[in-house]
Amino acid sequence: MNRRRVRFWAGRVAHMALVVLGIAVVNFFLLHLAPGDAAQVLAGEAGSATPEYMAALRRQFGLDQPLPVQFVQYLANLLTFNLGFSFRHGLPVLELIGQRLPATLLLMVASIGFAVLAGSALGVVAARNAGRLLDTAISTLALLFYATPVFWIGLVLVVVFSVGLDWLPVGGMTSVEAGYTGVAYAKDVARHLVLPAATLGLFYLAIYTRLMRAAMLEVTTQDFIRTAVAKGLKPRRIALRHVLRNALLPVVTMLGVQVGSILGGAVLVETIFAWPGLGRLAFEALFQRDLNLLLGILLCSSAVVVIVNLAVDLLYTVLDPRIELAR
Amino acid sequence: MTSNASRSLLLRVASLAVGVTALFGGTAFAQAPQNGGTLTAIVQPEPVTLTSAINTAAPTGFISGNVFDGLVDYDLNLNPKPALAERWEVAPDGLSITFFLRRGVTWHDGHPFTSADVKWTLENVWKTIHPRNQATFGRVTQVETPDDHTVVLRLSEPSLAILSSVNSNGAQVLPKHLYAGTDILNNPHNLKPVGTGAFVFKEWSKGNHVILERNPNYWDKGKPHLDRIVFKVIPDAAARAAALEKGDVQYAVFSPVPLKDAERLAKLPNLKIETRGYEWLSPWLFFDLNVDNPYLKDVRVRRAIAHAIDRKAISNIVWYGFAKPAISPVPTTLGAFHDATVPQYEFDTKKAEALLDEAGYKRGPDGVRFALTHDFIPYGDDYKRTGEYLKQALKRVGIEVTIRSQDTAAFTKRVYGDRDFDISSAWFAAFSDPQVGVTRAYWSGWVGKNTPWTNGSGYRNPEVDALIAQAQGQARQEDRIATFKKIQQIVQTDLPSIPLAELKFFSVHAANLKDVVTHGDQIYGSLKDAWFDKTASN
Repeated sequence: MNRRRVRFWAGRVAHMALVVLGIAVVNFFLLHLAPGDAAQVLAGEAGSATPEYMAALRRQFGLDQPLPVQFVQYLANLLTFNLGFSFRHGLPVLELIGQRLPATLLLMVASIGFAVLAGSALGVVAARNAGRLLDTAISTLALLFYATPVFWIGLVLVVVFSVGLDWLPVGGMTSVEAGYTGVAYAKDVARHLVLPAATLGLFYLAIYTRLMRAAMLEVTTQDFIRTAVAKGLKPRRIALRHVLRNALLPVVTMLGVQVGSILGGAVLVETIFAWPGLGRLAFEALFQRDLNLLLGILLCSSAVVVIVNLAVDLLYTVLDPRIELAR
Repeated sequence: MTSNASRSLLLRVASLAVGVTALFGGTAFAQAPQNGGTLTAIVQPEPVTLTSAINTAAPTGFISGNVFDGLVDYDLNLNPKPALAERWEVAPDGLSITFFLRRGVTWHDGHPFTSADVKWTLENVWKTIHPRNQATFGRVTQVETPDDHTVVLRLSEPSLAILSSVNSNGAQVLPKHLYAGTDILNNPHNLKPVGTGAFVFKEWSKGNHVILERNPNYWDKGKPHLDRIVFKVIPDAAARAAALEKGDVQYAVFSPVPLKDAERLAKLPNLKIETRGYEWLSPWLFFDLNVDNPYLKDVRVRRAIAHAIDRKAISNIVWYGFAKPAISPVPTTLGAFHDATVPQYEFDTKKAEALLDEAGYKRGPDGVRFALTHDFIPYGDDYKRTGEYLKQALKRVGIEVTIRSQDTAAFTKRVYGDRDFDISSAWFAAFSDPQVGVTRAYWSGWVGKNTPWTNGSGYRNPEVDALIAQAQGQARQEDRIATFKKIQQIVQTDLPSIPLAELKFFSVHAANLKDVVTHGDQIYGSLKDAWFDKTASN
């Protein structure tokens, strides 16, 4: 048993490391296919340049080296857990990611938490009232949120709640002008969080509602539910203890997929609400050909995906004891 | 569902404005500036660095101009005004320029500002790594500092363009004691600048904001009036409009909202649209025609294209009136340098068709003479619409145009490096002297050098090259003006690129923010004169 465990973990970890490394190598060459480089973007933005200035930039960025040399350099950095330096920002990549991580985590936890809780609850309600008016109303609403473009929902929320009603701020993460500290600061951030988290959450919510409803209905037709009904259990208890627990599996799968995309952030929502998250950082890095930074974000992102996948597998065994870890 | 909400807001703002006008309607003249208040402005895109000496991008200049001073400022007519230099003298032979520096000026860290700072920056930054200044200061052979407050530039040839580029953006003076002996491009002070300006750098939260605070020891006594400036990064144009409309943000520059939103915002009583402050930049929009293209190498085809384009329509319809038709590549804002007598190509499709027929490109059975591609400068919808206009206009005379889009890095490589295009669009800043901003579009030395915003058309004319070199070394301004007029006549005859419009960039600011534009280089200058009229804001 114990040896089997060790073998499982060793194999799994090696497998994960290989996947991450493979992704890094593919990313490196893929990104270098993009026309233009960081020096060109900087010179383009400056509105004017001379060949001497651009040569100085390329030397500074290490872009004057041949691609294979750059690649070996990159690999050597990776193996020592060094994500490199963003010359555009003048800061190490790790530090840049660290600066943006809290904002991204806050937005993601808030929106996914809201989506999972509210979405699952709505799904359960819809499934228990399947075919009735309430079910139709919830399903229609979910479909509407799912189909509406995220940026449109965001802008409408801004126009209604910020510009029109003046309840919430237009964007950003804090009111720097006010210089809040302590509890007032936390409240200020919370006020800024409402609209972006709701915008992003509404899209996810729709997914969870539909997923939960379908899973609940499917489980309800299973034999053990008929047994439970025959035993004379109350419908409420059956729904929560027997149906819900089994219906959670697809929801956990979906959750895994979404948590995996945390580091990628939510480019659209972050852009509309000027939220200082990783998604915008990655998006801008792409246009600015800041490849060190982009590679760093993508690498962290792939690491998170791999780790979350493992966590989801483990969670399956907890939720459903019939599932075992293979290998 | 939003109309009610926004209407009630409008009503509120409107009634406020009516009240304010009733109270102060009669006393609109020359109010004394009031001190205090925090200005929230938009900076977009987020700057790369806060030091204009190593990066001349607009967002950097917008913030940096508040932290640093120039040797001079430029007034709305682009005349130099004293700043760090109290006065200056150009020797009669044009071979030396002397700046007399202001006394008692200190850097934000307390070090005195002296002639050594100017000398060091000129020799180590402006002449070497500055993106634009190497041509301007290239003729400086020696910098003398007879005392702490005098700088003498010795020149191999006269260089009058120098006096047009010594504001805080054109030639930013860096503190020698923090930069000497360091790797200048990687110096940590590029991100937390130490200047002499009206505002002191406080913090930069990446992706969020930059905060500057009032410099209590500023040499210009009584200024600045504002306590603080917060520059916020707001990437989405609709969100920028909302933030301005709501009053969360009181100042934004470089056409911060789409042109159609600008029309709407201009009607709001709490906001004002301002097109002054961009004079030093003097931007003009043009199409570059790749003269290596088999069709476009024929000057008759290039002239035909010019005749097929209605520049009035571009200014009034495509650019919503935020532009005026261009006559020559030297914009009218450059005053004496501008030549209004250059050959004109009036909008006339018949003439265009006749020229194309004459060049031997008859319409085929499908009505098409030949096909070209168009790559527009990827700076937003306005340039895309300009490209769509070109497609329509040329279709009328039998030229099929395919529009291609890409991001900035791909665009500059395609046009200035690979030269793999037919017609491209771009806007350049002419600056207050054509030598700085205009000649780069025509000098053959730039062709294919992969240097963005230079000679994109591939135009090579030894006569023009010689005239450009001649104008650089002329000591008398009248002679330079005559030379630049000759250049304009030639390039408008050969027409490697078609000037379309003099762009009017605009700023949006709160109606109670006063004196926000006092200089011709305001968007790259200091907000030391700006103040909030508090009687109006309550």
